[in-house]
Amino acid sequence: MPKVKPHRAKPSLDMTPMVDLAFLLVTFFMLISKFAPEEVVVVDTPSSTSDIKLPESDILTITVDKNGRIFYGVEGQHTKRELIDKMSAKYNIAFTEAEKAKFSNTASFGVPIANLKQVLNASESQVKNINQPGIPADSLNNELGDWIYQTRLSNPKVRIAIKGDSDADVPTIKKVIKTLQDKKVNRFNLITDMEAKPRI
Amino acid sequence: MAEIQEKGGGGGKGGKKRAKKQSTKIDMTPMVDLGFLLLTFFILTTTFAKPQTMEISMPVKPKTQEEQSELKASNALTLLLGENDKIYWYAGLPDAPTAPGVQTTTYAANGIRKILLDRKSNPDLVVLIKPMEKARYKNLVDLLDEMNITESNKYAIVDVDPRDEKLVEQAKAEGK
Repeated sequence: MPKVKPHRAKPSLDMTPMVDLAFLLVTFFMLISKFAPEEVVVVDTPSSTSDIKLPESDILTITVDKNGRIFYGVEGQHTKRELIDKMSAKYNIAFTEAEKAKFSNTASFGVPIANLKQVLNASESQVKNINQPGIPADSLNNELGDWIYQTRLSNPKVRIAIKGDSDADVPTIKKVIKTLQDKKVNRFNLITDMEAKPRI
Repeated sequence: MAEIQEKGGGGGKGGKKRAKKQSTKIDMTPMVDLGFLLLTFFILTTTFAKPQTMEISMPVKPKTQEEQSELKASNALTLLLGENDKIYWYAGLPDAPTAPGVQTTTYAANGIRKILLDRKSNPDLVVLIKPMEKARYKNLVDLLDEMNITESNKYAIVDVDPRDEKLVEQAKAEGK
């Protein structure tokens, strides 16, 4: 006589809710994430207890790295487009349409305007190898001041933030602040990392 | 939907051979795998933390000498940011620093913060921050942060006076 096998239920598990949740999260993260633009220079900012967040848009970032090189970046493609037109007129350097388009997609750069073409014509991988000496901000040749001034003409709402490396030297920072003050910018932001506020 | 499917066990012994019915269930495991892969990717790449910022307002450049206000020596506290994370400080103006003259301190909690808190009783106190050439940017930010922590609202970032440099040289010579 054959044995009577007990009817075993299949070990099946309904995973529908889990998968639903997973896809919900995927959608959420896809919509919320904004890819950080590739930085030409890595900066380790000092920390502070300040809890003011940087505004979302219209930010002009002046980056100072630990070797005292000054980099310039501004948000907004339209602003950058207008800016390059104004700067090319001011410095009498003609940029082609392609170069202008590339400029409006460039996050930040750190070369004198005379060498800007070289950076704009380089491919993505080549840009990293170009030695960017920083934007001149001396009193004799203050291109940084012109960039700031023309940006403010292109987009009056722009807010200025200085992103300095912990080891950046004070004379360079002072030079930047002095340039800002010369252009009548007396309010600006210093970008820092977060730090817990100590009790006093 | 997505569920672990077991290959049909049991039956099939004897009886009529029936045309196998194609299961209407699709194996969604690969899709779910991909879903989780994307989920992991987006979780890892998302940057929630927006950078913090410190707002600074510099004074508008005075057009004439008359617009500048004199600072009383009793209300002044000068901090000179030196190299190697040292602060040289003295009370009063560079002409005649009040006793005991230039002293050194650090950025630690019981260093500069104590000095600032000790002087909070004077509501008119103006802290003059003078970053010297050899200081780091971090020093400046740290000090501005101390101002924020101790709620000292009157401060200014000022250029270093030649007299200050002399005072610091003197302090260094004295081994401070």
